[in-house]
Amino acid sequence: MSIPTRHFDALIIGAGGAGLNAALQLAGAETSVAVVSKVFPTRSHTVAAQGGVNAALANVLPDNWHWHMFDTVKGSDYLGDQDAIEFMCREAIPTVYELEHAGVPFSRLDNGKIYQRAFGGQSQDFGGDQAARTCAAADRTGHAILHTLYQQNIRAKTHFFDEYFALDLVRDKEGTICGALVLEIETGEPLLIEAKATLLATGGCGQVFRTTSNAHINTGDGCAMTLRAGIPLMDMEFYQFHPTGIAGKGLLITEGVRGEGGFLVNQDGERFMERYAPRAKDLASRDVVARSIVTEVKEGRGAGEHADYVLLKLDHLGADVIDKRLPGIRESSRIFAGADPVREPIPVFPTAHYQMGGIPTDRFGRVVMPARYGSEEVIAGLYAAGECACASVHGANRLGGNSLLDILVFGRLAGKDIIDYVRANPHRRETDPASLEQAMARLTRWEYTGDGVPAHQLKAEFRKCMEDHAGVFRTEEVMAEGYGKLCELRERFKDARLADQSKVFNTARIEALELENLIDVGLAIAVSALNRKESRGAHSRPDYPLRDDVNWMKHSLYYRDGDRMDYKPVRTKPLTVESFPPKERVY
Amino acid sequence: MKISVYRYNPDVDQKPRMQTYEVRPVQGMMLRDALLEIKQQDESFAFRHSCGEGVCGSDGVNVNGKNCLACITPIAELSEPITVRPFPGRPVIRDLVVDMTLFYEQYRAVKPYLIRTDSLPEREIAQSPEDRDQLDGLYECILCGCCSTACPSFWWNPEKFLGPAALLQAWRFLADTRDQATDERLDALDGPYKLFRCHTIMNCVEVCPKGLNPTRAIGRIKDLMLEKGL
Repeated sequence: MSIPTRHFDALIIGAGGAGLNAALQLAGAETSVAVVSKVFPTRSHTVAAQGGVNAALANVLPDNWHWHMFDTVKGSDYLGDQDAIEFMCREAIPTVYELEHAGVPFSRLDNGKIYQRAFGGQSQDFGGDQAARTCAAADRTGHAILHTLYQQNIRAKTHFFDEYFALDLVRDKEGTICGALVLEIETGEPLLIEAKATLLATGGCGQVFRTTSNAHINTGDGCAMTLRAGIPLMDMEFYQFHPTGIAGKGLLITEGVRGEGGFLVNQDGERFMERYAPRAKDLASRDVVARSIVTEVKEGRGAGEHADYVLLKLDHLGADVIDKRLPGIRESSRIFAGADPVREPIPVFPTAHYQMGGIPTDRFGRVVMPARYGSEEVIAGLYAAGECACASVHGANRLGGNSLLDILVFGRLAGKDIIDYVRANPHRRETDPASLEQAMARLTRWEYTGDGVPAHQLKAEFRKCMEDHAGVFRTEEVMAEGYGKLCELRERFKDARLADQSKVFNTARIEALELENLIDVGLAIAVSALNRKESRGAHSRPDYPLRDDVNWMKHSLYYRDGDRMDYKPVRTKPLTVESFPPKERVY
Repeated sequence: MKISVYRYNPDVDQKPRMQTYEVRPVQGMMLRDALLEIKQQDESFAFRHSCGEGVCGSDGVNVNGKNCLACITPIAELSEPITVRPFPGRPVIRDLVVDMTLFYEQYRAVKPYLIRTDSLPEREIAQSPEDRDQLDGLYECILCGCCSTACPSFWWNPEKFLGPAALLQAWRFLADTRDQATDERLDALDGPYKLFRCHTIMNCVEVCPKGLNPTRAIGRIKDLMLEKGL
């Protein structure tokens, strides 16, 4: 098989915050690096992050990284790995300063320091008063950060392959991963990119659900590639539903609205979060607030004609604060909800938002899996960072403001570790023709014409199925039925066909490849959820309403082959401080 | 409602054509939703899109003669018949997908990154809220290209005039009190074309989906050049 081939020290797949921050480290170290992105880098979904990035800078209220660590461990419902969490919360502070130095236009306080706002699940002094830890650029923080990182990569002359779609990882004859087969979207031609180290930074998979805050491109590509390579995905049952999506649309309304003083009311105008979280109220953790909203609606207290949403009220903040701190929200609400929040509340309902689980890594971004000598053996040359990875710092529920932090900290660290790895392993590896053929089969499979169901028809059915059977509340019955339907969809997908066989910018073909990824990742979520018989963080089971630390304080590992589950222990020992033992989680 | 879209696939078409589709309008439908509906009917139809909320800048198109972002353009605000074409003046790759290479090159040409010569502090570089306010209306650019591809000066001199999007970003860094490369940036914009081909036609202002004002930014750069020249 003759396929054009390029060689680099490092290959980064994905150009969001994690990929770009990793690239910046590598480019600065004179390491040859290729960044492959299926969209122009500034279109990556980091751009849509609104509220901000957490770091205990103490610019507004007293703070310290140890309190941040406590909140993150508690927020994770004690499923997060405490060594990785300690590391992230410590690194947060220099990371945010580095970003500011790189040019991020953070909002400012009167003393010239970075503006910080209150966010959900944050406290001072290990569970005390509300903290203000989220560094913000108005409500466009992700946009500001992504553009700055891309700009710095321009300065560093990083080599980009824009609008190239990654088909699959490839291996050498010894089985070591040595790059990826990619597809140039414009020409439809394949290209083999060989590299000594490969970083997956492909972001989330929100498109598995029908109603989501995620973009069209968030299709779990890196996670699915990992599964196909025989590597398990970790903790995939923990999928976050953000409490405040615009009702019926799914578009995100930042937690920053509540951080700035907005609150939720039901049809009676009652501030119902006071009943569910007496202390933190609207700034309880996201899983808590999302469940409260769904409960209000289920019990008939929803607002609107069909009583199927609640209202987010912020008019009392006044036009000045809204225009200064939440201008993007005002714009989105006017356009998509027809409501100007300066005068009227925004109709909201939980929306699929973030995968806490993902590709298992250690805190250096190295992919790990169970092997001969333990449950966390490093896979040489393969890295993952950002939403597609699971370090695990979010455990069963992520705190707002910790996602931008995760991508920046672990993207940077993965970049640094790759530099060392490439220096220690300077030899080029050659792709095994059998491995390349397998990757090519993903593409050539779509050349079969004849009878079959159009690929795009299955997509809507699949996403509806995930929404109905793996949502905010999950029972055995509902999930088992969903799993059955998904297995059937997986079978039918084998007969999916493309009518459009042209090569140039064939988006139907890209979407078919993405759907294959979505189905693999959807099954990882469904099977992991079906097997976890407890309620923890975002995984809420009315049939097992309590957290079960005796049997279930462990990470799930899902293997695609045979839909098999395995488990590994939570790392409860931090790096330097005392462990936070599991406690009842109240807000 | 009927929507007429520009179709061209170099694999099969000799020349471009317009094709009309019937789309059922629903409450709150955006142009992107309508284009997705067309794609359901005809999978060979190609256009770029992603976030669906006007922040990624992927789905800029020309509708009824005016550039816009499809995902935040309500169908109800468009007069029928609705005609959707690719951005003017850019080579068409397929259907509504155009080659934006030159647009990105111009962006890169203005060194769109903070340049600092002083040593960096251990904390943040201080900036007053008033100084930070100078960046509002500049940093929000999403690089969709609506402005530059609506600019006659850009159509006529695409290789020489940098275009409104790149110049807006040039001013974004000139306006940042943390940046220390003012002279270098101004020198790079000198000459009859790069900056001075702007004839304040203001198409850019009219079409910007984020409500930004590249013409004003260009004016500020010219003012600063004069000030420095004196």
